[in-house]
Amino acid sequence: MNGSTELLDAPPRANPSATVAPVAREIPRVAKLPWRTLLAVPIATSLAFVLHLLVSQNELPLETRYYSIFLLGFLGASLLAAVVQRWWAGLRAWMRKMPPILAATVALLAAWEAITSGLRWLPMPYFPSPAAVLLNLIDDRAVLFDSTWHSLILLIGGYALGVFSGLVTGICIGWSNPVRYWGMPVLKVVGPIPATAWIPLAMVVSPNAVFSAAALIGLAVWFPVTMLTASGISNTRASYLDVARTLGAGRAYLIFRVAIPAALPSIFIGLFMGLGASFLTLVVAETVGVKSGLGWYVAWAQGWAEYGKVYAALVIMAGFFSTIMTVLFKVRDRVLVWQKGVIKW
Amino acid sequence: MVAGEAMEASSLRVRDVSKSFPVPEDPAARRLALDGVSLSVAAGELISLVGPSGCGKSTLLRLIAGLESPDSGELLVGSEPITEPNAERGLVFQDPNLFPWLTVRRNIEAGLAARHVLHEKRHEVEEFMRLVGLETFGNAYPHHLSGGMAQRVALARALINHPKVLLLDEPLGALDAFTRMRMQDEVLRLWQAHRTTMLLVTHDIDEAIYMSDRIVIMTQRPGRIERTIPVALERPRDRSSSDFLQLRGEILELLHFAGNAVAA
Repeated sequence: MNGSTELLDAPPRANPSATVAPVAREIPRVAKLPWRTLLAVPIATSLAFVLHLLVSQNELPLETRYYSIFLLGFLGASLLAAVVQRWWAGLRAWMRKMPPILAATVALLAAWEAITSGLRWLPMPYFPSPAAVLLNLIDDRAVLFDSTWHSLILLIGGYALGVFSGLVTGICIGWSNPVRYWGMPVLKVVGPIPATAWIPLAMVVSPNAVFSAAALIGLAVWFPVTMLTASGISNTRASYLDVARTLGAGRAYLIFRVAIPAALPSIFIGLFMGLGASFLTLVVAETVGVKSGLGWYVAWAQGWAEYGKVYAALVIMAGFFSTIMTVLFKVRDRVLVWQKGVIKW
Repeated sequence: MVAGEAMEASSLRVRDVSKSFPVPEDPAARRLALDGVSLSVAAGELISLVGPSGCGKSTLLRLIAGLESPDSGELLVGSEPITEPNAERGLVFQDPNLFPWLTVRRNIEAGLAARHVLHEKRHEVEEFMRLVGLETFGNAYPHHLSGGMAQRVALARALINHPKVLLLDEPLGALDAFTRMRMQDEVLRLWQAHRTTMLLVTHDIDEAIYMSDRIVIMTQRPGRIERTIPVALERPRDRSSSDFLQLRGEILELLHFAGNAVAA
């Protein structure tokens, strides 16, 4: 008897009886979805379509056509999903939660169309209808795609630059007291200046607008990443370092295998803050200097008073930035899998 | 002869060691934590340090680990002075302090990885996981483990380096009574298997009597060694034998907890 029998207080994951559990868990999943869940989106979309037909005499024929196709396509997809979910458990699980938010989104589009094309409450051309925005999205798709591509390249370049330099300075400041003594005051004084405030200087120093824009984005990312990395490193639990030293760890192990992993939750907060700052700096830099990208497109469309294009670019930006944000969340969940259930933010 | 030298190399001597710390509220003052402590531990011996909180037990352990350096006096392992922490002196705290970002297996491997010998000694990882009965939990993360399991991992992580001296700072203090008694047997089994010199800091007098060859009783402010009591009981020990209880009474009396004080 070596005491291994006490291991019955096993983690739930490793519990052998867990193999029985899926059968028991299957019961709620088999349960049918209520009618109102299945029909919420089709009904909302149908109402939006009826409203669209009522107000469409105020819109261009092509706008009406595309928007009708869009709404009917959405209606068809929602009806198809309502039928297919009977045989597709994954879709059913997804549909259990989604209908309210999707129906509300459709309702919002309908309300937008009602007060623009329908009631004409808002001054034109500043507030085009959703149908006009959709037309612009489709008409200008080549330029929008190109702009998104340029924005992506610039964003990745600047963000990578900022993350790399921020990690290096953050680790140095967090680990070494002399570096902290000299570096922290600089960081505290220079860091809070918004990166966009450096634009006049950047324009003078670098003849290449794209390069200086990448540098500005890097600067915007560098500050929060440095700050949160330094604080994470210097707050590493002393006992982890003590244990590692009694295990024979040298300095490299203490920094790279103890302090940095321990600081990762904090570092990720810095990465998220830096990402937000990078979006802002990207759009501003593209608006004032760089001659490509979504920020440039918005400024250019506004110059021609093509507000449909402005909104089209905003729709693309929303998708673009939130996708990048989601990617970072996925990376965090992957890297910080060891914290699952420990923290939530 | 060679074996004798090997044994000698893992003996531990603490000679007239004093240690003081700055007082947070008064920058000019220092508080004496240890005052002229001397202690000799033979190779393979298991010694308990018992005493009220603030008597410098943990400070003494940290000095032996090399995490602190003494104001005066000398600490030796074999004939080598202790200057900094290394893998020869393992340390296990009350909090297992497992690295939460590593799986159980990687935690146990940490000592090998830190010393850059993981490649040659990977086969030992399985052995130590089996030794503490965790061979099926290699891929679990520490937050999935119960307190007792986490402390086993901490023990395996310290033992995989084959330390000459294992320092245990109330390693079982946070466990419930049943788990604690099982873990006492577990630690004794590991001690007997590896003949590691062990220093155990504990608050629990029964634990000290049950486990150790000698019990060192310390007093507080400043920390001094009051007495050293040999435990001559036959192993495995019976916690309810009359000899055990008699020794327990003597120690309680030394610590001024006997009679009315205990009843109250």
